[in-house]
This record gives sequence, C-alpha cells and structure tokens, in this order.
Amino acid sequence: MNIDHESLVAFAKSWGLFYLIAFTICVLIYTFWPSNRKKFDKAKKSILDQGDEPWE
Amino acid sequence: MSVTLTRNERQFANFISIIIFAFGVFLAAAGGNDPLSVHGFIIIAVGIAGFFFTADALYKPEPTEERLSYYYDEPIKAGVVLSMAWAVFAMFMGVWVASQLAWPNLAFEGAWSSFGRLRPVHTTGVIFGFGGNALIATSFHVVQRTSRARLPDQLSPWFVLVGYNLFCILAVTGYFIGITQSKEYAEPEWYADILLVIVWVTYFVLYLRTIARRKEPHIYVANWYYMAFILVVAILHVVNNIAIPVSLGHAKSYTAWAGVQDAMVQWWYGHNAVAFFLTAGFLGMLYYYLPVRAQRPIFSYRLSILSFWGITFFYMWAGSHHLHYTALPHWVQTLGMTFSVMLLVPSWASAGNALMTLNGAWGRVRDDATLRFIMIAAVFYGLSTFEGSFMAIRPVNALSHYTDWTVGHVHGGALGWVAMITFGAFYTLVPSLWRRERMYSAALVEVHFWLALAGTLVYVFAMWNSGIIQGLMWRTYTEEGSLAYSFLDSLVAMYPYYIARAFGGLLFLLGTIVGAYNIWMTIKAAPLAVPRKSDVPYSDAVAVPGE
Ligand code: HEM
Repeated sequence: MNIDHESLVAFAKSWGLFYLIAFTICVLIYTFWPSNRKKFDKAKKSILDQGDEPWE
Repeated sequence: MSVTLTRNERQFANFISIIIFAFGVFLAAAGGNDPLSVHGFIIIAVGIAGFFFTADALYKPEPTEERLSYYYDEPIKAGVVLSMAWAVFAMFMGVWVASQLAWPNLAFEGAWSSFGRLRPVHTTGVIFGFGGNALIATSFHVVQRTSRARLPDQLSPWFVLVGYNLFCILAVTGYFIGITQSKEYAEPEWYADILLVIVWVTYFVLYLRTIARRKEPHIYVANWYYMAFILVVAILHVVNNIAIPVSLGHAKSYTAWAGVQDAMVQWWYGHNAVAFFLTAGFLGMLYYYLPVRAQRPIFSYRLSILSFWGITFFYMWAGSHHLHYTALPHWVQTLGMTFSVMLLVPSWASAGNALMTLNGAWGRVRDDATLRFIMIAAVFYGLSTFEGSFMAIRPVNALSHYTDWTVGHVHGGALGWVAMITFGAFYTLVPSLWRRERMYSAALVEVHFWLALAGTLVYVFAMWNSGIIQGLMWRTYTEEGSLAYSFLDSLVAMYPYYIARAFGGLLFLLGTIVGAYNIWMTIKAAPLAVPRKSDVPYSDAVAVPGE
C-alpha cells in the first residue's frame, strides 16, 4: 500500500479530531462523575494533614 | 549517605561502580585521540569514587528496621544542594554569555570560551542541572508525602541522582571541548544519551513502585504531573536521539532523521521539553507546595484534573509552531498553531487555580516571601503561556521569530515561572527536611525575592523592547522597495538592551547566591530538639477550605 501525503492529511484531519473529542468526553465524565466528588475532596484536603511519617 | 543503605544495596552499589568504571575504561581506550576519551576518564573517576565510597561502608553496621517508619530524605537533601550549586554555576554562565553579546571581547579569544560553546553550558546547566535536580528532589519528597509511603529501596534514588548528574557533567564538559550533536536542548552525544535512558527508566520504575506502595487510596494530582514529566521525557529523549555513532571510538554520531523530518522531530522534542520538563514537573511542584505553604487546599481539584489532561494532550501537537514558514508542510504548521492557541485554556486553568487558592489569603502572601515566590510564579506562568500562544500564531511569529522576543518569552517562563516556583518549593522544603524551625534568615529570603523579581522584570522588558525593534527593523522597506536597515544597523540598536539584559541577569544571579547561602546556613544551624511533625511552616494558621 502506498501511503501518500494526501491520505495522511485526510486521516489526521478526520480521525484525529474524533479521537480528541472522544478523549475529551472520557475526561469530562471522569472528572464530573458524582461519586468521584468525595474522593477528590478528600484528596485535596488530605495533603494538608499533619504528620511527617509514612503510614503503617 | 552509604550508611543508610542495607548491606545488599552497598554490595550492589559497589558492583555498579565497577561497571561504570569498566564503561569509562572502554570509552577512554576506544576513544584514543578523540575527545571521547576525556569523557572516558571522567566516567572512570566517577566509577572509582563510587567504588571506594561504597566499599568503605561495606562492613559498617546496617541501618535498623526503624528506618522504615520514616521517609527516606537523604537523596532529597543531596538533590536540593546539587540543584542550588548548578543554579549558581549556570546562572553565572548566563551572565557571562549575556555580557559577551554586549562586549564580545569577553570571550578572551579562547575556543572553549566562545559564545557558541558557553551558551549550551548555560542552557543545560539551568534546565537540566538546576531544574532537573530540583524536579528529582521534590518529586521524591512529594511522592512519599502524598502516598504516605517510604521510597521502596535506598539504592535506586541514589542511582538516579548520581547518574543524572554524571549525565549533566558529561554534557557540560563536552561543550567546552566541542562535543555536541547540535540539537538544541539535546546536545549531548550518543553515549551520554544511553546513560540517561538507563537512569530515566530507573527513575520511572522507582516512582511507580513508590506509588504502588501508597497508603493513600487516591493518587494526588501532583503525582500525575510528575509521572507525565518522567514518562514523556523518556519518550522524547529516545526518539529525538536515535543516532548512529561514527564508530564506538568517536564522540560524533549522525541522527537517524533527515531533512525536514529531523527538524520536526527536534521541535516536537524541543517544545515538549518545555511542556513536560519545564512545565508539567513544575506544575507538580505547584500543586503540592502551594497548598502546603498557604495551608489551604487547592481551589478546585476538578479543574486541576481537567487542566492536566488538557496540557498533556494539547502540548504534544504544538511543536510545529517552532517551524513556521519553513519547508514543513503548511497544514502541519497550522496544526501546531491551532493547538498552541487552544493550550491557553488548560494553562490559564492552572494559573487561575493557583491564584484562586490564594484568594482570601493575600495577607499571608504579603507577609511571607516564600508564598510570594509561589504566587509570582503562577503569574508568570499565566503570562508566558499567553505570550507563547500569541507568538505561535503564524503572522505574529513572522515578527517574533529569530528575534530577542523569543528570548524574552523564554526567560519569562524560565526565570519568572520555573525558577520562582523552585525557590518557593525549596524555602518550604529545606526547614522541614533538615528539621529546622525556619530558614536561617527570613530577611535574606525577602532580599532574594526582590532581587529575583527585579532581575526578571529588567531582563524581560529589555528583551521585549529589543526583540520588537529588531523585528520591525528587519521588515522596514524604503520607498524604492529595498530594506531600510542592514543587519548591522539592527545589531547596533540592540546594544543598550544587551547591557540591560546582562544587568537583569546579574540581579537574578545575586538573588540565587543569597538563596544558596541562606539554605547553606539553615543546613548548618542547630536542629530542633523535638522533631517537627510536618512540612508545614511554623505559624498558627489553620487550614481554610478554598472552594
Ligand atoms: C501555552 C504555552 C506556550 C506556548 C504556546 C509557547 C510558544 C512558544 C513559541 C511560539 C516560541 C517561539 C518559537 C520560535 O519562533 O522559534 C517559544 C519559544 C520558547 N519557549 Fe514557549 N510557549 C509556551 C510556554 C512556555 C513556557 C512555560 C516556557 C518555560 C520556560 C517556555 C519556554 C520556551 C523556550 C525555551 C523557547 C525557545 C526555543 C528556542 O530555543 O528556539 N515556553 N514558545
């Protein structure tokens, strides 16, 4: 098969776009998934917890 | 150092030293009269030093099991000291090359001291020496604290740190004697590149192993940034440096890429080095040290996740903006330009997230120079990403490319963002690492802050002015349609700005020296009787939710 410049461009311009859109949707779902909220809230506060030793 | 290793680890370290030694002997012998043999001897010296250092400790008592109930901080301490040493050295080189542009006689007619050789010494020294050691040190600190787990072993962090600094030394010494593969920010030759691959893979594995041991179920976002930094730099480094040496006895190699592909690979590498070395890793720093220093959780954790994925996926495509108006296909340039403009969104999301975290704590920013370093870093991050997205637009780039405007942009990023966030992190980290109540002198932190800020502003404004004048002079036509100014005319116009830039750089260097002195005196001060329980700066502040 001969992959020429034109077909590469066509591929990049179409599938590249779909790939990024799909990817964006996945990230948005993960970020705003309701049950993740608690986890995120805990994560952002827990680094401020006192104590400078590893947990057992 | 070596007494904190177990006996097995000491033996293994001893063994590694022998391998390094043998590798050095091979290069020195095969190199013959080639400059390669100089590097062979440097590697031999490191191998011998490592051998005796570890052999000496071989039969000393082993560390007790008690060590496992503490974080492993020794390599972090070494990393901080190395980073500051590189900073002083490399910023001095920066002031020197800047002065050479104003007063060319400062090259003293030496080959080794010509601008072309000293410039990469400066860039490698600041980016990899100062920045890289700071990233390695803080990443070891952040990953342990946020995972609530100790590094999995005592040997690999040292291997990473020593191996990485050996790479930097090979790079810098090589430039002086004329060894370079002429790829910007990737100048070291094939054997140094191979060394870095080994070091870097060890680094990534070490990071993953620590994460795997975590006691905190969620992986805090700062770790994502550090991991993106390590992983992507590995990929970039390997792809950009695929090359075939002339022979195993020659330093010189030829890249596998040709023509415009070579240019594209180089700037795919170069731009992502900016993105993942100079941005992602330092964002990891920001997302940990800012909340800790301000004692406030990050304004929006969700926003930090969105900007993480935005940055990782947009940056990858932006490199072609370095090749506008070249032989690169037009659509590839357009692609890079589009992604660069889109990049502004996740970039400002991070900068805004940082500033919103401080919103409501401006009193603390006013009183605490360390927090001010971090705040100014976020401001310059916002500024230089805005500027970058703007310069990536093709017609704007027609004006800015090849001019000092690019240099102004770089230093808004490098001085204002990368160095400021590093100093903010170090001033938070150092007292806690060495278990001191506070930095040796708060007044000197203040002095450092103002020197750094003044230096950055003088530098950046000088280069903006000179860059735009340069760009305009090169495109001014007379009524007859010929160019109004010769190149020499534009050079003469630069003269005052070059002096101003050298002065700004000098201020910044002085600040760094003050900082190094302050850190050194803190290390030498008497430790606290009672161990500190946390990294938190001493203050009676309480945590306030940010959202
Ligand atoms: C949205 C983010 C950014 C974008 C879109 C961007 C864009 C650009 C553009 C268009 C250039 C000029 C290319 C040329 O004309 O040759 C450039 C150069 C440069 N930028 Fe950025 N920039 C961004 C952020 C940063 C940051 C945060 C740093 C941190 C230090 C940085 C460091 C550099 C460096 C080192 C160069 C010089 C490359 C060379 O040697 O030619 N950039 N950037």
